[in-house]
Amino acid sequence: MQIFFEKRKNVSRKAIVLVPVVSFLVALLLGAILLLITGVNPIVTYQAMAQGAFGTVYGFSETLVVAIPLMLTGLGVTIAFRMRFWNIGAEGQLVFGGIAGAGVALFLADTIPEFLLLPSIILAGMIAGALWAGIPAVLKAYLGVDETLTSLMLNYVAILFASYLYYGAWRDPLGFGFPGTARFVEEAWLPRILGRAHYGLFFGLIAAIILWIVFNRTRWGFELKIIGENQTAARYLGIKIARNIVLALLLSGALSGLAGVSHVAGIFRRLQTGLAAGYGYTAIIIAWLAQLNPIAVIFVSILMGGLFVGGDQVQMMMGLPSAVGLVLQGLILFPMLAGTLFTEYKIKIVRPDKTPRVESEAAS
Amino acid sequence: MIDQSSNVILEMRGITKRFPGVVANDNVDLKLHDGEVLALLGENGAGKSTLMNILVGLYRQDEGEIYVRDELVQISSPRDSADLGIGMVHQNFMLVPTMTVAENIILGMVDLPLVPDMRQISEGIRELSQRYQLKVNPDVKIWQLSVGEQQRVEILKLIYRGAEILILDEPTAVLTPQESHELQEVLKIMTKEDKSAIFITHKMEEVMSFSDRVMVLQNGRLTATRKTSETSPNELARLMVGRDVLFRLEKEVVQPGDVVLELKNVNAKDDRGLPALRGVSLKIRCGEILGIAGVAGNGQDQLAEVISGLRNPDSGNVFISGKDVTNNSPLGMIKAGVSHIPADRMGMGTVGNMAVAENLIMKGYRNEPISSGGLIRPKKILDYAKRMIESFKIATPTAKTRVKFLSGGNIQKTILAREIDACDGILVAVYPSRGLDVGATEAVRNMLLEQRSDGRGILLISEDLDELTSIADRIAVLFEGKIMGIINSEDADIEVLGLMMGGARLEELQNESGLKSAQVKD
Repeated sequence: MQIFFEKRKNVSRKAIVLVPVVSFLVALLLGAILLLITGVNPIVTYQAMAQGAFGTVYGFSETLVVAIPLMLTGLGVTIAFRMRFWNIGAEGQLVFGGIAGAGVALFLADTIPEFLLLPSIILAGMIAGALWAGIPAVLKAYLGVDETLTSLMLNYVAILFASYLYYGAWRDPLGFGFPGTARFVEEAWLPRILGRAHYGLFFGLIAAIILWIVFNRTRWGFELKIIGENQTAARYLGIKIARNIVLALLLSGALSGLAGVSHVAGIFRRLQTGLAAGYGYTAIIIAWLAQLNPIAVIFVSILMGGLFVGGDQVQMMMGLPSAVGLVLQGLILFPMLAGTLFTEYKIKIVRPDKTPRVESEAAS
Repeated sequence: MIDQSSNVILEMRGITKRFPGVVANDNVDLKLHDGEVLALLGENGAGKSTLMNILVGLYRQDEGEIYVRDELVQISSPRDSADLGIGMVHQNFMLVPTMTVAENIILGMVDLPLVPDMRQISEGIRELSQRYQLKVNPDVKIWQLSVGEQQRVEILKLIYRGAEILILDEPTAVLTPQESHELQEVLKIMTKEDKSAIFITHKMEEVMSFSDRVMVLQNGRLTATRKTSETSPNELARLMVGRDVLFRLEKEVVQPGDVVLELKNVNAKDDRGLPALRGVSLKIRCGEILGIAGVAGNGQDQLAEVISGLRNPDSGNVFISGKDVTNNSPLGMIKAGVSHIPADRMGMGTVGNMAVAENLIMKGYRNEPISSGGLIRPKKILDYAKRMIESFKIATPTAKTRVKFLSGGNIQKTILAREIDACDGILVAVYPSRGLDVGATEAVRNMLLEQRSDGRGILLISEDLDELTSIADRIAVLFEGKIMGIINSEDADIEVLGLMMGGARLEELQNESGLKSAQVKD
């Protein structure tokens, strides 16, 4: 029996849905092997993780707390990746958004009318995130500077600048040495819905729907798609490439900035250590797992949030390292990348008799 | 030449290959003898490439058997076919531009030492290249080579790896006449060395001059096998398309109207910063086709780019209907009424990963009814696409099929449909029938003529003099970026055009023979 790969004429819709699901199952299987090697019962562990992340109201609210920044940065990264712009600077854009929001909350709370304070904070965060993404975008679009390097390096600038602020210039003098600014006034808090889960969830859901419409139903989205696929064709068709790259990246950064400012105003209520928790990097995994589909980003983010929280749960309940969740996150990506093969190719199995015939087709 | 007694080196029996909705090969038999050149003739989409892709292990046949030297073989990957001594030169070369010829030739070979002795390898390549008259320097980087030289590297690569059966996919499509002639010599030498070749083509002249035997495919079926010496181009054409192919072109008498496009003393550079257009002036009227003849690389690409806004001239002016549009952006030119059928269909003219319907609206998406208020309307797109697919006879499984899966002729029809529908005055067509089969070529030429009847001004850049003389009204010859002269196509004499393409000015020739030049009356 021989097995062949053959290119498909149309992308398989079934494969688009099946591949991430199967990838997740394969990741669980691989994780189980790792757990068995360390002498732990994988079924019990997974049960504990699922229970911890989704089984209780508290657990689920904590899962959402993590899922919100993942969702917003995941959407931001999705925009950039659709244009083949490798923005790996979501982390920095998130942090910079948090910094700007905190700046407004701390220093302009007295000058801005109460009802405008929260909107101003959020707007400041989005603008800051957009600017932070705009730097690599302008450099790439007009000077051809490689965006992976610039967007990555700017992460460190933003993260270190934030720690300079909460360890130094903006540190709360009454904070007993805790690395953080003073707490915002109450009008600057982002309202919470469930447990610590806050309005950022609505931002994420609305952003996902808007992005879906932009990508699938607008002229601009159509232009972005062409630019992402073939820049020579885009130029020939009269599409302004540089301007559109910059615009798309401003939007991408704004969403990451929104993630940062929502987390700061919704969870910490101050600028403090712990903002740069790696959401912007996990966002890259999320964007790929969601196959750059904004609606899928919602579900993948919640799943990933669950892995974070579930990992923490098994640490507390079973004394296992919380990295179990992170290991699973990483493990998902491998079968996923391998699995995308099936959206482009199908498997053909041929018996070694004299006249080869198609026996079956997998995932067609 | 082969005699009947020579050995069969390759045999394909009853090959059938189905794709969703099409039978690409239907019970095809093929025999190849030692030292033979076999031509595989057929229109775009006749199944030639599919058959050869099965042979090199890119596709797997659904039914049928393959024998190499009388032995039943299973070819499940390109490596299997390479092990059997079969190699293919694809239309798009598989070379790494930043690496040398020698490095490219050994790239991917399995039985190499960890650190290959490049000097020895280069020497081996040099010897082979002399033996087969495939002149190329093994130590030069690929990007420095012309297309013809790159093709030689591809052939050398196969020979170096011990291929005995060479498959060439439309080898002359990218070559100049001179290079085609050289390729013919190479094939002759190779067959003397007992190598065999199959070449895919849809050009009769090539079949006649290159091959010993010819197989004709039509709609996936083998319709005929002939000895080349016992057939004629007319018979082959009939076998290929199932009808006689005298191009049926309907060229109406059209009274040219106002000047729609004018270039005044335009100078422009190419991508390397070298002068590509030197003082080009020309005028096109409504309802007129101005042909641009010339050997490729004499400024044709830059001329099309200047008119479509993709390249800004250094000096000179471009006028559309009397309005100065010099230095307009591509979008500015589109809005001024310019449509452009580019030479590079996959690289520029279409987005391969997007659907036929999406490619069809890539100009019209800016306007009603496809979009309104920044939103696009999927249902209108589909309606529009279906209408275009029908009226331009684009053969595609569905409107949502990705363009890269269409045949070359249908990709070109997709571009034509879009550009013609968006056209508002000026159509720039660059090599519009290059690489297309007879049927598609006829369709393309008739579409251009229809546009002429509808009063559009058309700039037709072509290297096919028959095409130019049959559909253009006037022909300008470009040589080293200068216009050598413009003649009415009814006065056009192939020999005169040939001399001008080689750098002779029309006035010089007129002084000798008293030929009339075509003047546009202002």
